[in-house]
Amino acid sequence: MADSPADSPKITFSRRGFLKGAGVTAATSVIETANALARNANDAVHSSRVAGPEALPVKLHINGREHSVVIEPRDTLAQTLRDNVGLTGTKVVCDRGSCSACTVWIDKAPALACMTLSIDTMGRQITTIEGLAHGDQMHPVQAAFVKHDAMQCGFCTPGMVMSCAALLERNPNPSLSDVKHAVSGNLCRCGTYPKVFAATLDVAQQRASLVTLASGTEA
Amino acid sequence: MAIDTPETAKRSETFVFGIPQNGLEHKQREVLLDEPPPLGPNSELMYIGKPTVRYDGPAKAMGTGKYTADVHLPGMLYARMVDATIPHGRIVSVDTSAAERLPGVRAVHVIEHVYGVAELRDPKQESPSRYPVIRYAGQPIAAVAATSQQIADDAAKLVRVQYDAMPFVVDRSAARAVDAPVVFPGPADEAGSAGGGGGPKNVPQTGNVHGPQRKQSGDVEKGFAEAAVIVESEYFTEVQTHSALETHGFVVDWKPEEVTIYASTQGTASVREEFADVFKLPQSKVRVITEYMGGGFGAKFGAGNEGVVAANLSRKANAPVKLMLDRRQEHIVCNRPDSHQQLKIGARKDGTLTAIKLISYGTAGVGTGAGTAGPATNMYKCPNLLTEENDVFINAGPGAAFRAPGHPQGCFAFEQAIDELAVKLDMDPLTLRDKIDEHPARRVERQIILEKTNWRSRRPAASDAGPVKRGMGIAQSVWYRFVSMDSSCEVRISRDGSVELMSAVQDLGTGTKTMLAVVVAEELGLPPANVVIRIGDTRFPIGPDSGGSVTTGSISPAVRNAAWQAKQKLFAAVAPKLGTTADNLVMQKGRVVFKNDASKSYTLKQIAAKLPTGDVSARATRVPEYSKERLTYGGVDYVELAVDTETGRVHIEKVFGAHDCGRPINPTGVISQINGGILQGISYALFEQRIMDRNAGYMLNANLENYKILGAREVPEIEVVLIENYIAQSSTDAAGIGESAGIITLAAAIGNAFYNATGVRMRKIPMTPANVLAALGKTQEEEQA
Repeated sequence: MADSPADSPKITFSRRGFLKGAGVTAATSVIETANALARNANDAVHSSRVAGPEALPVKLHINGREHSVVIEPRDTLAQTLRDNVGLTGTKVVCDRGSCSACTVWIDKAPALACMTLSIDTMGRQITTIEGLAHGDQMHPVQAAFVKHDAMQCGFCTPGMVMSCAALLERNPNPSLSDVKHAVSGNLCRCGTYPKVFAATLDVAQQRASLVTLASGTEA
Repeated sequence: MAIDTPETAKRSETFVFGIPQNGLEHKQREVLLDEPPPLGPNSELMYIGKPTVRYDGPAKAMGTGKYTADVHLPGMLYARMVDATIPHGRIVSVDTSAAERLPGVRAVHVIEHVYGVAELRDPKQESPSRYPVIRYAGQPIAAVAATSQQIADDAAKLVRVQYDAMPFVVDRSAARAVDAPVVFPGPADEAGSAGGGGGPKNVPQTGNVHGPQRKQSGDVEKGFAEAAVIVESEYFTEVQTHSALETHGFVVDWKPEEVTIYASTQGTASVREEFADVFKLPQSKVRVITEYMGGGFGAKFGAGNEGVVAANLSRKANAPVKLMLDRRQEHIVCNRPDSHQQLKIGARKDGTLTAIKLISYGTAGVGTGAGTAGPATNMYKCPNLLTEENDVFINAGPGAAFRAPGHPQGCFAFEQAIDELAVKLDMDPLTLRDKIDEHPARRVERQIILEKTNWRSRRPAASDAGPVKRGMGIAQSVWYRFVSMDSSCEVRISRDGSVELMSAVQDLGTGTKTMLAVVVAEELGLPPANVVIRIGDTRFPIGPDSGGSVTTGSISPAVRNAAWQAKQKLFAAVAPKLGTTADNLVMQKGRVVFKNDASKSYTLKQIAAKLPTGDVSARATRVPEYSKERLTYGGVDYVELAVDTETGRVHIEKVFGAHDCGRPINPTGVISQINGGILQGISYALFEQRIMDRNAGYMLNANLENYKILGAREVPEIEVVLIENYIAQSSTDAAGIGESAGIITLAAAIGNAFYNATGVRMRKIPMTPANVLAALGKTQEEEQA
């Protein structure tokens, strides 16, 4: 989605200043980022005011709530969520976009929080694993993960759930191959994949049977 | 004759024994008086053996479980380790002044001793220095703690280390050369961890070659002379990194009255013991907490360099410090050693083995423990056996325990050689194993494979004419029944009928919490989800370190015994109020009933309400095994695959596993672990390979995009059958499955299926397209490592 949200960020930052302020590693990860969202936000810099490299206060929309946080322009969304907001369900495993453990949704689309600068998410709706459930009521994908034991150590689980739930949002009736494709970037070292597939397909099937019942086409 | 005290007095009990497929038998055992009566087979039980939802499933699915990496304490600092940029040399100076000046930095610590590596038998062979000798790129040197991770990362880059570089070697075969640079100037040994690893001590060392560790029975030359058929070959495996998703790490809160350590560990007890040892503290002042743990696979025991450094930083800064390794460091901190194995097996015409000879060289980097003789020694009976295991030191990160140490390597060679023997003898590989393998569980498992897979339609090798060739193969595993006596717990029943279990044992993700809940539930007649499990805290009674598949077999009997004893205390306390005696009360199908009047039946809650005190509890410790025989476990795995002989790609299409872990407590969790072992085994066989830069001396692919592990698209169809194997050894007869879950067998099973598909043996893993095409003779073979 290239369109700027209505409440597009008023503060932007100087890329040069940012690179100067950031360590080599951080700079490299920005340059290498494949995250379309981050690129769009960077491209949209029409700076009225330069921010950074010092920390600055910003407002982020996370799980339907506005959070005021003080961040550095180089901070990744994963760092901000975990260290500033205390939402530690989003895990950091590789910290360079190769394992998908940090998958969140930005405006409903799955994104890697370790490859997204927090400052680029201003004005966007961020959903984390903590925002998927309604209170104690698990999201159907979370419930299916529990039912099918689609987890062992659980460190990849939040990212897996976010990828699978996003798949079902865009494709309510996926094939096994679709599920494999949706989590092809999500690494799991314990080997929970077979049960992740089963859980996701189970949710799709349950929903399909509900739809069938509701429309009265069931014989 | 000694007089029995109440602690040693015993009674005789009749235990169920054997495997249901063979018909169950019974065995008499002497048990202590405070042990519960024996359990019947799983088919007669309420919760044990029934699929049970993971106890902490919702917390993991909802992201609310707190791992060490997630711990946040008030005033907590973040740390980053500084590590060596050269593979071998002396440190001349470490300048931390620029790092210290960076705003936000609160403490810097320079390491004086490196743990988890081999050490010189005679330290005087190296001139003394305040800094440890650098023996591998990535060796920890110092660490900084700051108010944010970003500042700590920045500060770590400001630490200036000056080296006096020395010649190095990072290639196992080059390190064996007479003129190779030596990693240690004299003999050096490494201690093993609670999970295994570490190599033999007091073996000879020549240059970088530490060994051989020689084991012999019978006379192999005589055995080979008696053989009708001999197979002999060389096999190569690569270094595998653990790649647990949560890196090694600690949060240490050093306070004078108590040091609190949150640890991503497989052994809260091992961490407590090592911290107390390193810092000369009484264990009573060291508390270790592991609530959730993001995988270990053998890599995480003890304090580790990162734990010791975090503690030093916390002490200096007077604040809690979090130190998690980054992903690059995780790939270097430890690994499964590689191997070069020369294996020779002789057999008679009927398949009977006459001799096995294995000579292995493997590198555990700056550590030891690269032996591979387990399968060759312990799988089949053979009168003449000779094994010589050698560790080869190189300038690379140390080896460590890794899921079934030595066995995936050993099995890759050994079970392919057995398959080759079957080909030469013109015998079916399952039939040959029926002839030479006496293990009762594997015998049943082979029968299951025969009945439930396509084995009977297996074709001769290389039957497909086209470029894509299909085949099937099997391999077997062996693992051992290890028991840790450091297995204690407390079960508490409160007057409101609620039940808690407390133990320091940790759950690595294997499902220990769930397994324990099931055991308590069975004894106290309430659903597992209603038992509160409090584990992973050394404030509770000691728990076993989770290595070598010891956890379930060690702690579950203590837990059942504690639950039973708490229940007996409850009965004794409430019997008068029920107008009966304690021995008239019994738990049946989840209800407490009068033995003499079945119409009198209560829930646990109803009778707990009659407790005269607020609670009743019992503490129990593992009692010794009922018999001293040495028991092993084994699984048989079957693979169907397709080899694309034009691209060199190997596609695993189906895996069928038949496995044994004694009495399964929660089949759901066991099957999850077996899926995981199988997938890790495929990953090991096809993809995983540490690549060292020979010229610069460091690991080139210390990350998750270039160190390839199996992903979703490489997952085949998997089917698992669990057998029940009652051994009458403890009050639960349970055992762990982690090691024998498929990681041992898969590379060999894939190798055997590859042969069946192509008629060519893969004697080298990983089976990357390059290695496959080379084996098929389609490209020039790389220089053999």
